[in-house]
Amino acid sequence: MTDLAHIRNFSIIAHIDHGKSTLADRLIQACGGLTDREMKEQVLDSMDIERERGITIKAQTVRLAYKAKNGETYQLNLMDTPGHVDFAYEVSRCLAACEGSLLVVDASQGVEAQTLANVYQAIDNNHEIVPVLNKIDLPAAEPDRVKQQIEDVIGIDASHAVEISAKTGLNIGEVLEAVVERLPAPRGDDTAPLKAMLIDSWYDPYLGVIILVRVVDGKLKAKQEIKMMSTGATYEVERVGVFTPKQEIVPDLGPGEVGFITAGMKAVADCKIGDTITEERRPTATPLPGFKPSVPVVFCGLFPVDAADFESLRDSLGKLHLNDASFHYEMETSAALGFGFRCGFLGLLHLEIVQERLEREFNLDLITTAPSVVYKIHLNDGTMLEMHNPADMPDVVKIDRIEEPWIKATILVPDEFLGAILKLCEERRGIQTDLTYAGNRAMVVYKLPLNEVVFDFYDRLKSVSRGYASFDYHLEDYQEGDLVKLNILVNGDPVDALSCIVHRSQAETRGRALCVKLKDLIPRQLFKIAVQAAIGSKVIARETISALRKDVTAKCYGGDITRKRKLLEKQKEGKKRMRQYGNVEIPQSAFIAALKMHDN
Amino acid sequence: MSAPGLGFGIYIHWPFCRLKCPYCDFNSHVRERIDHARWRSALLRELEHYARDTQGRTVTSIFFGGGTPSLMEPETVAALIARARDLWRIAGDIEITLEANPTSAEIEKFRAFREGSVNRVSLGVQSLIARDLKFLGRQHDAAQALAAVQMAATTFDRFSFDLIYARPGQTLEQWQDELDRALEFAAGHISLYQLTIEPGTQFEQAVARGDFRVLDEEHAAELYEATVARLGASGLADYEISNFARPGEESRHNLTYWRYGDYVGVGPGAHGRLTINGEKFATRQHRAPEAWLDLVERDGHATRQRDLVPRPERLNEMLMMGLRLKEGVPMTRIEEESAKPFAEALDPARLQRLIEGGFLTLSGDRLAATAEGRQRLDAVLAALVA
Repeated sequence: MTDLAHIRNFSIIAHIDHGKSTLADRLIQACGGLTDREMKEQVLDSMDIERERGITIKAQTVRLAYKAKNGETYQLNLMDTPGHVDFAYEVSRCLAACEGSLLVVDASQGVEAQTLANVYQAIDNNHEIVPVLNKIDLPAAEPDRVKQQIEDVIGIDASHAVEISAKTGLNIGEVLEAVVERLPAPRGDDTAPLKAMLIDSWYDPYLGVIILVRVVDGKLKAKQEIKMMSTGATYEVERVGVFTPKQEIVPDLGPGEVGFITAGMKAVADCKIGDTITEERRPTATPLPGFKPSVPVVFCGLFPVDAADFESLRDSLGKLHLNDASFHYEMETSAALGFGFRCGFLGLLHLEIVQERLEREFNLDLITTAPSVVYKIHLNDGTMLEMHNPADMPDVVKIDRIEEPWIKATILVPDEFLGAILKLCEERRGIQTDLTYAGNRAMVVYKLPLNEVVFDFYDRLKSVSRGYASFDYHLEDYQEGDLVKLNILVNGDPVDALSCIVHRSQAETRGRALCVKLKDLIPRQLFKIAVQAAIGSKVIARETISALRKDVTAKCYGGDITRKRKLLEKQKEGKKRMRQYGNVEIPQSAFIAALKMHDN
Repeated sequence: MSAPGLGFGIYIHWPFCRLKCPYCDFNSHVRERIDHARWRSALLRELEHYARDTQGRTVTSIFFGGGTPSLMEPETVAALIARARDLWRIAGDIEITLEANPTSAEIEKFRAFREGSVNRVSLGVQSLIARDLKFLGRQHDAAQALAAVQMAATTFDRFSFDLIYARPGQTLEQWQDELDRALEFAAGHISLYQLTIEPGTQFEQAVARGDFRVLDEEHAAELYEATVARLGASGLADYEISNFARPGEESRHNLTYWRYGDYVGVGPGAHGRLTINGEKFATRQHRAPEAWLDLVERDGHATRQRDLVPRPERLNEMLMMGLRLKEGVPMTRIEEESAKPFAEALDPARLQRLIEGGFLTLSGDRLAATAEGRQRLDAVLAALVA
């Protein structure tokens, strides 16, 4: 146990690519946490996807021993937080576990929207914030302009910002000094009943569930009986340790300290982020504020491209769920796509990450249906149901009204692209609530329906701003909307995988786009095919795929029979992936392609 | 034993060409020197081998295909025909066809082939337009081709020639002109093939490189429809997808294929279908010329495959071939090959859908594809049996 005055807990807030992980690596190196030989790039991002995409999914901590210029040795706990809006709650708990933050801003790029949201969260958590300008060695670096921008946009004093290059190691010592000098020490009472925050947890195949904790009051030690305050479940602590970043067992963790415990837990689903851990025999009177269970906000269907992979998809989802309890899954059957799962995620990125891990780590080829949000359907009989699958839409005559989630979106964009961004937001039913300038960058705040955002908003945003706009959002509230279920019909039969809930004003555009897409994707057949978009029984868009006009092998003689017959057998095999719609059979691949285009 | 009327044919493959044509995916090879005597005796030996399997049958046609069989020595052709006469009963009206290229060197051999009992030639004219002949990699010009056609007309009882159309950039008017000129020289039979890009050919690579594009479906369909109409007006019926003849002038050998009759395949890469004790066998000889030669000299044959064709596949093969013919397939043949009553041999719902769609007809005792159906036969077959 270290005395409180010699502890500093801090996190690093940065936009993707602004150098958070590189800075973390340098800090670890400077404190001798790892030898140069042990350093591998971006130590903290342990998953492949994290390293590749520069996104941290799980929170991680490192305890560093830093000998400051004043001769004293300090325990520094660096917390690496998930860096994306989908994990806003996880980020908020991480921030709640420290007293200060380093705000890392790329000295050539300036402040981005994500950074902003996280900084505000840090300010909400009463953090002391130390601005750090990174990539100062680049010729394009404009430290003065960026300092001004930090003051204008965020409203904090940037005059003492530390100017560094994480890449070259320039001024890394100054950062450590600033942590010791400028960030406050934690407070706490080691004699009080145990009160610790569960920051994150993950599954380790050897140790079981590892829980990351920050002790506020009391002490955590092995053999202690602990209790999770949200569930009431009790466990006996097996190991208490810290990451340096190597795992090291310690006798105990006292107030202000950050570390890990294992307690014989089998699944991370038992560990709720933000939960308060206390002693079983002597529980604390009040849990830590801010706890809320995570709730999925974006849903989609995940189907194996090859139906034979269904069982392996089930196994893989189970394994992933061991380590990420925040996504939900349940079995779903689709006429167009076969057996699969309806899955819920914290956001679009979370969805993408899970999908990518399933494909990469478990070698599955997957189809994703269009993402859906959670709608609140108020029925005439006064009951309300939450719907996240268009297939579950009740008969319209039974519906009184439908509410949909709205978000508050903050977009930062160079002013030359502002017009295009405003147009996009207006097209998506957005309501502007704020527009300010900082230099040549505009910050615009919109209220937007989430269902407009899950439908290719982010890609459009990037494309209309040539990649320069940054975007962040949080859920605001539910509002009534004129929402309808859009069905896509092939020869009169609905294609379940393509139906979606849309605002009535968007139904025709969306329906027409889907019809045109399918027209391109469905090969011509013996019979003409009608592709229609409809709301209820009302057709709002239609495309016709004309019938085949010529399709015959020119030459077929004695030597060609075997080859031709094998071709026919292959087609027969291929028919297993066909779906009958009226008198035509549509290859499943056409629907898959339509859904893939949806993604883009 | 096959039913009468299907015929029993002998196919003899000569695997050599002077040059490989860019569209051709047949088993053809270019060699500097060919030991004709050696090839002659090997072909004769393999013919004898298959005669043992098919004793008592009456041969209704012999077909020399390739490669370029007009490059064979006429003695070889004559010897093979003579040996066939020794080995089998021969129909009085036997059709003996030889494929020929219309170059002057080959024209000079026509009389010798005639003397060796060849009574029909099929000439690979392909086009009457100089530029297109060059595109197709042919070694003759239009004048030579027409001279060859005229020589064939005076030398042989019957003749046919081939044209390839739906070439890149070909317009309907251009093709109609060329076809009209060609028809002035046609007698009882002509084969008109739409250009198909086959895997493994020079054209496949050319298309992949973007050197040219094949005609789109609409355009190809327009040319096909105009072709069928034009030939019909001249009294040459489209008895098969790409083959047109006056009544009685159809290629009997090819009719045997399309009616799913039996045929022996001799020579490198040749395929055969033989019904022995009610079972159908698919045979294939070794494709590589030199390997084939060595095997025949060692074993008397170079059979690489002799596979039993199961009943459902026999039915598929027969429909695949038979529906190419305007005459269609007798229901009795469907029952024969599938060994099931007609109602069980084919899925009634699928059949119904295709009949209602106007692609198939079931009239009297035959199942046939309509003109609409034949023009889309690959899709019709897939919808019927795949």
